[in-house]
Amino acid sequence: MSQAWLPLATLATSLLVAPVIFALPERAWWARAVLNLAAALAKLALVVVMVVGLYQGRDFVFGFTVVEGVSFLLKVDALGMMFAGLSSLLWLATTVYAIGYLEESSNRKRFFGFFSLCVASTIGISLAGNLFTFLLFYEMLTLSTYPLVVHRGNPKALAAGTLYLRYTLTAGLVLLLGVVALHVLVGEVVFGEREVLTALAAEQSPLLIGLFLVLLLGLSVKAALVPLHGWLPRAMVAPAPVSALLHAVAVVKAGAFGIVRLVYDVYGIQLTFELGLLGVLTGLACVTILYGSLRALAQQELKPRLAFSTVSQVSYIVLGISLFGPFGTIAGMVHLMHQGLMKVTLFYCAGNYAEELGIRRIDELDGAGRRMPLTSLAFTLGALGMIGLPPVAGFISKWYLGLGAVQAGMPWVIAVLVASSLLNAAYFLPILHRLWFRPGPAHGLGQWPAERRLGRFETSDWLLWPTVATALFSLLAGLLAGLPFSPLDLATLVATEEYLP
Amino acid sequence: MIERLGLMATQPAQPGISAVVLLLLGLPLLLGVLGAWFRPLRGGVVASVSLLPLLATAWLLLKVSTHGVQAWTLDVGPLALHLRINGLTLLLLLLTQALTLASAAYAPGYLRVAVKERSAGGAWLWPLLGTMVASLSLIWLAADLLTLYVGLELMGLAAVGLMLLPGHVEALAAGMRYLLLALVGSLAFLLGVALLLGGWGRLDLAGLATAVEPGPLLWVAMALLSAGLLLKAAAFPLHTWLAPVHASAWTPVSALHAALVIKASFFIALQLWLVLVPDAAVAAWLVGGMGTAAVVWGGLMAWRAAKIKDVVAWSTVSQLGYLLLAFPLLIGTTPAVAAIAWEGTWLQLVAHALAKAAMFLAAGNLILFTGEWRVEGLAGASRRFPLALLSFGIAAISLVGLPPSAGFTAKWLLLHAALAAGHWPWLLVLAVGTLLSAAYVFRLFRFSFIEDAPHFGLRRVPGGMDLIALLLALAALLLGLVAQWPLGLLSMTGGAP
Repeated sequence: MSQAWLPLATLATSLLVAPVIFALPERAWWARAVLNLAAALAKLALVVVMVVGLYQGRDFVFGFTVVEGVSFLLKVDALGMMFAGLSSLLWLATTVYAIGYLEESSNRKRFFGFFSLCVASTIGISLAGNLFTFLLFYEMLTLSTYPLVVHRGNPKALAAGTLYLRYTLTAGLVLLLGVVALHVLVGEVVFGEREVLTALAAEQSPLLIGLFLVLLLGLSVKAALVPLHGWLPRAMVAPAPVSALLHAVAVVKAGAFGIVRLVYDVYGIQLTFELGLLGVLTGLACVTILYGSLRALAQQELKPRLAFSTVSQVSYIVLGISLFGPFGTIAGMVHLMHQGLMKVTLFYCAGNYAEELGIRRIDELDGAGRRMPLTSLAFTLGALGMIGLPPVAGFISKWYLGLGAVQAGMPWVIAVLVASSLLNAAYFLPILHRLWFRPGPAHGLGQWPAERRLGRFETSDWLLWPTVATALFSLLAGLLAGLPFSPLDLATLVATEEYLP
Repeated sequence: MIERLGLMATQPAQPGISAVVLLLLGLPLLLGVLGAWFRPLRGGVVASVSLLPLLATAWLLLKVSTHGVQAWTLDVGPLALHLRINGLTLLLLLLTQALTLASAAYAPGYLRVAVKERSAGGAWLWPLLGTMVASLSLIWLAADLLTLYVGLELMGLAAVGLMLLPGHVEALAAGMRYLLLALVGSLAFLLGVALLLGGWGRLDLAGLATAVEPGPLLWVAMALLSAGLLLKAAAFPLHTWLAPVHASAWTPVSALHAALVIKASFFIALQLWLVLVPDAAVAAWLVGGMGTAAVVWGGLMAWRAAKIKDVVAWSTVSQLGYLLLAFPLLIGTTPAVAAIAWEGTWLQLVAHALAKAAMFLAAGNLILFTGEWRVEGLAGASRRFPLALLSFGIAAISLVGLPPSAGFTAKWLLLHAALAAGHWPWLLVLAVGTLLSAAYVFRLFRFSFIEDAPHFGLRRVPGGMDLIALLLALAALLLGLVAQWPLGLLSMTGGAP
């Protein structure tokens, strides 16, 4: 049975909310908040219905022809549902956070309108059933994030926005060329139908390798693979909820998700392996992981450090899928979710410190654990997860990455993992040390840069609870990894589909 | 190709002209005269009256979809005029009527706000507009060179008249230059027509297609015809008249001119090439080269332009370059490639027409709001005039060719055709054009997001004007997803097999 309306309705929850938000007057604070939250909840509910349906083996497909040989296709599969689940969950959290964060700023209407469009694009990317539809939403994501990046409207933000567009539009063009070329070669490319390309591999392997590299080039800008990561740290000028969303689900993750689709659903892992392309991915990922960590170590401000950490962490996903074997796949998939949860927490915390205490530099954090215990606890959880300590979610990712490396016969990857974990510890542990063990303004030494008392607790409720919730989620994803519907369970489902006929 | 243009020699032509066609050609003229008489003050009135020609077109659509291609001949003394209608011409007619409706509905508000005193120009607008639309319809329908010439000449004169309406010095200078070049173009066209008539003694396209033989006479005639038409279409390097004309003309006039008038010349040129020299691949590549230069030069000039309207005008030069790529992709390629390029070309034409009209109207609104002609004047616009800027942005999405716009789908088809034909240069042109158009569009947006901008004297502009721009832009955006419908029109053969 095919229920076409479900994916469409999921898309519509945020796509149709955008024009309504644009139409509401700027001062309609409550109406906008209620609308945003209702849409976010509705989306989450719809995604849950689809995930349950997926486990029961039901199909959800919606499609129509755009031009001869090209169709718009929305399809639900396990991989897409992982990403859709992540983005709808984090959208809810980030909406709450953003409402609090932007409470007194201007242009809220514009912000929330494009914010909804951004989420609609992410959902579109996760539900896309073929390369054309994927490309469509991928470009829409570029456009809808630009106004968010330049939201502040100062020269620094505008320059970052221009840089962002230069990178992403050029990459989008490269991707478009690759997709059109693939269409010319084999016709429509529906995700999961890999037989066409496999059949072609015998006589046309150089062409297929070339195309893969072109598509990879187009996708790796958003995934921020070195050397195409330059836009990401600069985009840090955006408001904290945007950074959080950009890093955890939207842009960076869309790029990584695209690479996952390319490897598993367009070429197929078997074909990618046979063409010798997995090695390229492994190499790229390892370089990015180490380079990102090293650069993160050198940053003096909190947000840029987190940004370079994202560069490094997202490549774990690429590393996972490049390790041929079920464990590598599981590692990559599960990290797609885990990194999102942990990174969003860290960015919320950075935003909380900046809003409540005016802290932007790392050396201003001394003793902040006493002033803002819950935020600092959340930050600690996220940071420990990034380092890969059990029982936080990041441990599961690294454990499976290690298993995958052994299974793929590339034990040297474990050395990279160890090096990266040490680097992670080197740039996160000093922060934790400052938070908890150094005396600071909370102990009567000096002053916070710009303290405001935003709420009853350590900061405004709107800012605090999403932070606590996502931190809890990252802990639970690690603790309860063995239960059904956990990220690990979904990832295992994907891996099973991929490797078992 | 000749079948796709609806010019089959076997088509049984009916003597006389169908009443609907007369209605289609006559109504705009009549409404124009009425407009001069009553000088409407409300866009709603104009819009509802302008629905009449649209209804006539819809009736023709119904007729063609049941009976297939319709053709008529009309004997005027020793001459026979040929008209025909098929899916393609229907699509162009619909586009013309829809855009005219939008611009005409926009005009009363514009006249009220921008042209304060009740100048004589306000009265002249309507009959000139009517003449232009009637001659455009004639050009889409015409199936012989004489009718085409009449349509082209009428359209050119009406367009020059419209350009002169603002009455200030720049408009007069630009308009006179336009007149001069248009006359040179017409002369070249007329010479070409005379050569063809002298050589083969007939002017109907279907007959000429079978009669002409390749040779110096045909080459010279085609060169003259093409030169005249490309001059009128503002194809590179014959484009210099375009930007000043658009910068000084009234906004609804610029919108119609960029969207339709220059397309008419392109349409005639492409039609003549496909009918008379369907194998001239080398010359077609030459035209493709001109297109390349247009894309690059137009894009660069738009990027550097200081005035908002100049950006939009130069972008027209650049976008026309995409259309010129149709020549090398349609002529001398395999049928499979040509089929895709055919769809891509017309979709690109429709996409550009809708998006460019929307963009001109939105830009006009922004200029009215801010009272600033310069790009810098947009500083802070995103907060104060979000709707106008949104319309501009949506139109820009289609111009740049980002999904899901019609511009994107058209570019997709053109890319597909270029790749399938192995024509690598055109791939590069499309890519460079995309990047350049993104560059000039986002340059404007960059200014609009500046927060600490000084306030300018703001004017109130009727909300309807914003709405029209937005609707046109949305049409350009969403047409990309439902491209199946306009492209279905192209291949419509009707009930007849």
